[in-house]
Amino acid sequence: MSLRTDLGRARGLGSAKGGTSHWWAQRVTAVGLIPLSLWFIYSAITLVGIDHAGFKIWLNAPGSILLMALFVIALFYHMQLGLQVVIEDYVHNERNKIISLVLNKLGAVLLAVSSIIALIKVAFGG
Amino acid sequence: MTTGNRPLSPHLQVYKPQITSVLSILHRITGIGLAVGSLMLVYWLNAAAYGPEVFERAQEFLASWLGKILLLGWTWALFYHLCNGIRHMFWDAGRGLELPQVHISGWLVVIFSVILTVLSWSAGYGMLGGA
Repeated sequence: MSLRTDLGRARGLGSAKGGTSHWWAQRVTAVGLIPLSLWFIYSAITLVGIDHAGFKIWLNAPGSILLMALFVIALFYHMQLGLQVVIEDYVHNERNKIISLVLNKLGAVLLAVSSIIALIKVAFGG
Repeated sequence: MTTGNRPLSPHLQVYKPQITSVLSILHRITGIGLAVGSLMLVYWLNAAAYGPEVFERAQEFLASWLGKILLLGWTWALFYHLCNGIRHMFWDAGRGLELPQVHISGWLVVIFSVILTVLSWSAGYGMLGGA
């Protein structure tokens, strides 16, 4: 016995109206985050108790700013996808759900862009 | 189009907690916790962008007992979410779906997340002592 309606089966998009694109993007960002988050933890350990000058030197070392930018982008993309599912699961009021989903997307972009601008400021600032 | 007569799922509370269900909800809880932790990362990076004084204050907070407890929690949450995420990828590939395998991989995730957390914090304290 199938639990899906005829229309639902015909459209093939599932409850989130997004087909498989959300699932796929979550996996792609997850795969990227495996090396990136391990690198981030390793870096965070080497940065324990660092002062501002030391942090700037680290950020200007080869690869640091590139990997930090990639980490932040993958992190907030993945976070947005995950929180979206949580919102879809628990917020049942349609209006609140749409507002939450939009805020989730805008918030993720805001956090990612503000992180990258901060990285650029530290790396190239005086 | 009929939607009636679908089976209803019983409420969560009637189930005894099991390794499968507990680890599943932990994946979501650690994910939400890490989302909160990402705010600390953004604050830390922006503190560095504002200059040495503000960055110093951020570093002082992270070195405080409250900062350390939060960082310890986020370290474990990240390792748990990472390990269990890899477990999910094996399932996505159609592997390890038998119940005994699910139990073993579940306990492996728990053990690895704790070991990696302890190793990371030992290394972190080593940085302080060794410098």
